[in-house]
Amino acid sequence: MTPESRTAPEAAGQPSRPVPVPPGDPRDRGGKAQPILTAENLRRYFPIHGGVLMRKIAAVKAVDDVSFTVLKGETLGVVGESGCGKSTLARLLMCLMPLDAGKLVFDGDPIGGASGLSLRELRRNMQIVFQDSDASLNPRLPIEDSIAYGPRVHGMPKGAARKLAHDLLQRVGLRPELFGTRYPHELSGGQKQRVNIARALALNPRLLILDEAVSALDKSVAAQVLNLLRYLKRHFNLTYVFISHDLNVVQYIADRVLVMYLGQIVEIGPADAIYRQPKHPYTRALLDSRLDPDPRERVETAPLSGDPPNPINPPSGCRFRTRCPFAEEVCAQTPPELGEWIDRASHLTACHMANPASGHSCAGKLPPSTARLARVEAVAS
Amino acid sequence: MTDATIQASLQTGAEEKLPQAIARSYWRTVGRRLRYDYVTLFFILAIALIALAAIFAPLVAPFDPNKTSMLYRLKPMGYKGFLLGTDELGRDMLSRLIYGGRMSLMMGLAPVVLATSIGGMLGVVAGFAGGWVNMLIMRTMDVFYAFPSVLLAVAISGTMGGGVANGLVALTLVFIPPLCRVSEAATTQIRSRDFVEAARASGASTLSIIFYHILRNVLAPVFIYASSLISVSILLAAGLSFLGLGVEPPTADWGLMLSTLRQSIYVQPLICALPGVAIFIASLSFNLVSDGLRQAMDIRA
Repeated sequence: MTPESRTAPEAAGQPSRPVPVPPGDPRDRGGKAQPILTAENLRRYFPIHGGVLMRKIAAVKAVDDVSFTVLKGETLGVVGESGCGKSTLARLLMCLMPLDAGKLVFDGDPIGGASGLSLRELRRNMQIVFQDSDASLNPRLPIEDSIAYGPRVHGMPKGAARKLAHDLLQRVGLRPELFGTRYPHELSGGQKQRVNIARALALNPRLLILDEAVSALDKSVAAQVLNLLRYLKRHFNLTYVFISHDLNVVQYIADRVLVMYLGQIVEIGPADAIYRQPKHPYTRALLDSRLDPDPRERVETAPLSGDPPNPINPPSGCRFRTRCPFAEEVCAQTPPELGEWIDRASHLTACHMANPASGHSCAGKLPPSTARLARVEAVAS
Repeated sequence: MTDATIQASLQTGAEEKLPQAIARSYWRTVGRRLRYDYVTLFFILAIALIALAAIFAPLVAPFDPNKTSMLYRLKPMGYKGFLLGTDELGRDMLSRLIYGGRMSLMMGLAPVVLATSIGGMLGVVAGFAGGWVNMLIMRTMDVFYAFPSVLLAVAISGTMGGGVANGLVALTLVFIPPLCRVSEAATTQIRSRDFVEAARASGASTLSIIFYHILRNVLAPVFIYASSLISVSILLAAGLSFLGLGVEPPTADWGLMLSTLRQSIYVQPLICALPGVAIFIASLSFNLVSDGLRQAMDIRA
C-alpha cells in the first residue's frame, strides 16, 4: 500500500479533494461510511443453445463471482480489455439484465425481493450513460423531450419536466433555447453525449454508471466531457462507476480502480497505487501497453500477445496464466483469491505472486515489466 | 475547458442575440421535401379529385347512376349529354364511374388501414417481445405468406361468399402478413438500440416505451409500405368484383362494370375500356404518390 493514496485522508502533503457528500444530503441513509453500492458475488453466464433440441450446451462466463463496493462520492474506474465483462457488469449493476447469482445492496438496502428496494426506486437513484451517444437518443424526439422522459415516467407534470430538461441542458453546457428543440442528428457526438448525461441526471440519481461514456469521442471532446463530469459530480453529489478501456482517462478521473480479466476482478485499489505499483502481472501488462506521447519512446515488444482465452472454457486455476509470463505450476492448480476488502485504501490483487504463502517462486515480489521499451533516436537532420 | 470556463460560457451569451437554429420535426421536413416534388404533387391532386368526386358524387354526377334506359343502350361518348356514353343497360357511364370511385377508394383504403393497425401492432408486439411470442406470430404470418395474394383473396372471398364486407375482410387478411413483417423488422432494429435500454433504465414501463419510443420510429417504414399497398388493394378489389366476388350487381363499381361491359366489347370498345382506365389512373396515382412519400420520408433522422 502506497502512502500517496489519493483517497486516503491521512496522506500528508496531498491536497485533499472536497468532501463530495455533504452531511446534509437527505437521501443519504447509511452515513458516509456505508458504501453506496455493494456488489456481492455477481455472476452472469450467457447460455449457448445448440443441437437439435436447442438445449443449453455451454455458457459464456461474462461476469463470474465479482464482489466490490462503491463508496459514496468516489469515482470507481473499471478497466479491462474488450470482452472482459465490463459492459455486462454495468448492465448487471443497473438491473437491466437478471443476475444468475449474487446480491446488490444500495446504500444499505438490498435490491429486489419483498423487503428490498424496488426496481423503480433504484432507477431513481442509479442511472447509466452508454458509449454510443447516437444510439442512446431517440432519433424522432427533440432532445428536451428525451431528457424530460424519465421524470415524466415518474409522474412529473409536462411543464415542470421540460423546465428541468432546460435546466440540465444549461448545466451540461448546451443553451436550452438553442438546442432544446433540436433532434439528435443535428448535434455532434460530444453534444449528444452531453445530452445523454443530462438525460441520466434528470432523475437526480446518486450513482451514475458511465459505460465507456467518452470512448467514442475524439480526444479534445472527451476531455471537455470529462471536465464536465467532474463539475457535475461536485454539483450534484454524484458517485461514478467509470467503465473504460482507456487507462489514461481512468487515471485522470478515478479515485479507485478495478481491473477485470475474463469476467473476474484481478486487482482493485486506489488509482495512484495501481498506476504506480501494479501488483498483478495483467495490470502491469496493461500499463506497459500504453503509448507514450513522445514519438521516440516506442514499445518494442508487446507485453501481451494474443487474445484472451475463450470465456466459455476459461483456463483452470488462475485465468490469466495462459498469457502470464510468470505462470507456474501453482497457477494452474489453484485459483488465486482476491483478499478481503478492509477500507478504501485497500489494494487487493488476485495473484499468487502477491501472496507469500502461495508457493509461487516469485511470491511476495511485484511483477516486473516485461515490455521492452526502445528509445528511437531522432533522425539527425 | 475547466469548470470555470463552463460556468463563464453559461453566463455570457444569455443576453447576446444569437441566430436561432431552426429545428424541424421529422414530419415537417417531409412536408418541405414534398412541396418541391411536382410529380407527387400532381398525383396527390389527382387522388384528391377522385376522392372529392366520390364524396360529393350526388352533387357532381350528371345522372342517376342506376337509372336504366332501353333506348339509350351502349351509346358513344357525347351522345345527348351522356358525356362518356352509356353502358349495356343505358346507364350514364360518367355518373357510374363517379359513384364507382366511392367503392374503389373504400376498397383501396379500408383494408390497408385495417391491416396496418392490426398487422402493424402484431409486428410491434412480435418484434418487441421476441422469443416464442415472435416465433408464434411470425410463423403464423408465414403460413399466410405462402399463398399468392390474389389466390388467397379469392379463396377467402369465395369461402365466405360475395359482398363488400367479405371482400373487405379478405383483402385485410391478405395485407396483414406483409405489414406485420415490415413493422416486426423495424421494431427489432429499434429495440436493440441503446435509447430503449436507457428508457428502461429510467424506470419506464414496456407499454410506455412502445408508445413513446418504438411507435414513432416504426411508423415511417410501415406507413411507406402501407401506402404502396393501396393501389394493390384497388386492383385486387376490382379483380374480386370482376370475378363476381365483390359488390352486388346494381351497385356501381369499376371492377364489376368492367365485367358486365365485357360482352359489349365489339359494340363499343372505347366505353368498355373506361372502367379499366379509371382503375389504371387511380392505382397509378396511389403508386406514384407512395413513391414520392417514400423518397420524402427517407431522411436520415
